[in-house]
Amino acid sequence: MSVQTMSLSGRKKEVSNKKMSFWESLYLVAIVKGLWITIGHLFTRKVTVKYPEEVRTRSAVWRGQHMLKRDEQGRENCTACGLCALSCPAEAITMTAAERKPDEKHLYREEKYASVYEINMLRCIFCGLCEEACPKDAIYLTESKVLVPASYEREDFIFGKDKLVMPLEMALANSKNKN
Amino acid sequence: MESAIIIEKSIFIFTIFAITMLAAMYSTWAERKVAAWLQDRIGPNRAGPLGLLQPLADGMKLFSKEEFLPNTPNKFLFVVGPAISMSVALMTSAVIPWGDKLVIGGHEVILQATDIDVSILYVFGVLSVGVYGIMIGGWASNNKFSLMSAMRASSQMISYEVAMGLSLIALLMMSGTLSLKEISEQQAGMNWNVFYQPLGFIIFLVCSFAETNRTPFDLAECEAELIGGYHTEYSSMRMGFYLFAEYASMFISSTILSVLYFGGYNYPGMGWAIEHWGVNAGNLIGVAVLFIKICAFIFFFMWVRWTIPRFRYDQLMRLGWQGLIPLAIANIVITGLVMVRHELAAALGF
Repeated sequence: MSVQTMSLSGRKKEVSNKKMSFWESLYLVAIVKGLWITIGHLFTRKVTVKYPEEVRTRSAVWRGQHMLKRDEQGRENCTACGLCALSCPAEAITMTAAERKPDEKHLYREEKYASVYEINMLRCIFCGLCEEACPKDAIYLTESKVLVPASYEREDFIFGKDKLVMPLEMALANSKNKN
Repeated sequence: MESAIIIEKSIFIFTIFAITMLAAMYSTWAERKVAAWLQDRIGPNRAGPLGLLQPLADGMKLFSKEEFLPNTPNKFLFVVGPAISMSVALMTSAVIPWGDKLVIGGHEVILQATDIDVSILYVFGVLSVGVYGIMIGGWASNNKFSLMSAMRASSQMISYEVAMGLSLIALLMMSGTLSLKEISEQQAGMNWNVFYQPLGFIIFLVCSFAETNRTPFDLAECEAELIGGYHTEYSSMRMGFYLFAEYASMFISSTILSVLYFGGYNYPGMGWAIEHWGVNAGNLIGVAVLFIKICAFIFFFMWVRWTIPRFRYDQLMRLGWQGLIPLAIANIVITGLVMVRHELAAALGF
């Protein structure tokens, strides 16, 4: 088979430069055919998702925004071991460890806790490796469908403990459900 | 009496002006919606319900843009260009019969700004002046692309005007009058001219696409070759005027098409409606019917725009001079032969 006649797709068409007849050169038939095709598209279903009003259904294993867990008594699980930061492929997590004071026993579960815990949401790729690495079940990715909101300032995307730690009421409600 | 007519006519003219502007405004919205639908999209839907406030938002955007004046010696002409385009597009509406007549307090009101007996000639005269708006704008821009685009637009409009006029002559031979009102009246019921002049209608339709510079004949605005065309150097509301004039002339073209070939304000059962529901109701339905026809034509203009790509310039000229003009002349000959068929048969001795 020569190169000239070869066709990989089987749809190859020879270009024809034949002279058009008078009726063809008026293009009327061709235009009517085209109009028929486009009018069909007027009645097709539109695939657009009107985003803020309707949210597309997410996968069952969807990984939403992070949360730092509390236990049943409302104490933070995190011990600032740094394994999540180490496992993070995007290097989005930083933390500062601190020692628990005697009067803070109701706040933190173990003697060491994270006084600062920050995730840079611009770097995070929501892979969930931090959740896998955590030995204390402290950090996990929620099923929340809320996306990180847009902002003009880069600083707004660095989420600290104020945004990450599970609300106390939620922890208490969870423990109630368990009992 | 004299002042009553002046007041009546000015109210009517202002109404027509407002309707034309509104129609042009919402044509821009409709164009974007139709474009979206034909391309399986949704189109503007953020500004107001169904995006209905989009034209206002667009207008506000255009008003707030910088008024740029290129370094040209023809500053006056630069300003005059869009003004001519706009006023020409609006002037044609003066002779359109929008409806038959209304009776208000025993006084007959004709739904037409002026009923001059050569209204078709007037329409053609005014439409031809539209070339000046584009030509002057392109010339005064002091930009070779604008100038080339203006040359293209004017040569295109002039050549298609020939075919347009010829296709109309066949119609005028049938109707025997140049008055749009009489032509409308002759098409009472379903006696529409399009059934008697199908070829003439197609030629006229194609030519009105060219006259209004719409796709597939929008070579004057061919972005790939000529940047923005004759309005490359225009910005702000001057640019808006050109764009607006295009939509206004599309509205007027649709009106003329409906009046000349699709029966104008006539609809089947009009006489029955006037008899049973009164003159006013029957004729107001007629006005509504005319507007439905106009909207259908505007939709058709848009439908074609999102179906066919732009013609090449030589194809355009060949279609005009070698396709449409011979067809239009043949149409005149056929119409003439059909009209004199009895005399012809008698003369030939049948």
